[in-house]
Amino acid sequence: MVAVGASFGAIAIAYGMPAWVPFLMSTAVFAGGAQFLAVGLIAAGNPLAAVAAGLLLNARHLPFGLAVSATVGPRWRDRLIGSHLMTDEVVAFTLAEEDPARRRRTYWLIGATLFTSWNLGTALGVWLGGAAGDPAALGLDAAFPAGLIALILPSLRDRDTRVAALAGAAVAVALTPVLPAGLPVLCALLGLGAVFLPRRRAARAGAGHAEPGAERTAAVPGQAIKAGPSAESAVGQGGGAADRAAGRRVETEEAPC
Amino acid sequence: MLIAAILTLAVGTYTMRLSGVLLRDRLELSDHLQRLLPMAAATLLAALAATAALMEGAAPAGIARPAGVAAGALLAWRRAPFVVVVLAAAATAALLRLAGVE
Repeated sequence: MVAVGASFGAIAIAYGMPAWVPFLMSTAVFAGGAQFLAVGLIAAGNPLAAVAAGLLLNARHLPFGLAVSATVGPRWRDRLIGSHLMTDEVVAFTLAEEDPARRRRTYWLIGATLFTSWNLGTALGVWLGGAAGDPAALGLDAAFPAGLIALILPSLRDRDTRVAALAGAAVAVALTPVLPAGLPVLCALLGLGAVFLPRRRAARAGAGHAEPGAERTAAVPGQAIKAGPSAESAVGQGGGAADRAAGRRVETEEAPC
Repeated sequence: MLIAAILTLAVGTYTMRLSGVLLRDRLELSDHLQRLLPMAAATLLAALAATAALMEGAAPAGIARPAGVAAGALLAWRRAPFVVVVLAAAATAALLRLAGVE
């Protein structure tokens, strides 16, 4: 966690942020993925997209809160402080315990430890990033996406998540030349259509055994129309790329699952 | 603008965290939504990783950066520690640039 926090701090500095930005984010937002996302989109020049994408990303804390509510306890002080310590890791560790008392101890211990190490790491990264020379010569621009990939790789072991993520990534890359900075990443959510639309359509048609590839080609342009007439042609284009990427991936990745 | 963006993100995130804790008995999320939210999170981060790896503004990012990211991704896939992934990606890109490959 110190290492991830340090990368965050160093990358924020490498992207030209003032030093207070990573500190404020690490203490007040305290959500690794959203912080990386926000720094990336702010650096691209679109703080509104940074807020929107960050909040979408953190919407998963709502079900997390429902899951750990009993562990955090009924006292207001605990609820107010405990909520801020909530992260993917602390929820995972907590729910791995069976006994309520152990759950409670795990939540607070891991939560406090992660908050401390995340902020120490950020400070270390800001210091290292400030001391380092030219970010491009040091390859820091390559460190940022590689770190993100390392963060999301465990969740990509789930097949549906992988299909959605790859389709979304293809949409975002395809739209980057034509849309203002920040929006392509939000449009990546269309990638979720590659997982859910074919399934719903199959269920509605009662054709459970329909060939998945054929369903998907029909589904993605359908999603594009919903995005509105102004973006329609561009999104349709991206959808096509996503479609191909998702289709190819499904074919090649079937075996290791 | 910058500080407003960060504070909005912070307050919004905290509100979602606290709402879950407070609403436990009064809110039931569908299984569908419970499954969708983490997938949306992974999708947004994957899209950020892909655009940051492959694009520089509206143009392709060249060779050194994608090659560095690929080296890091390969190590991450082989379950290398986070520090190793990040340093290998940076070192690969830096060495390629040193060799004159942009």
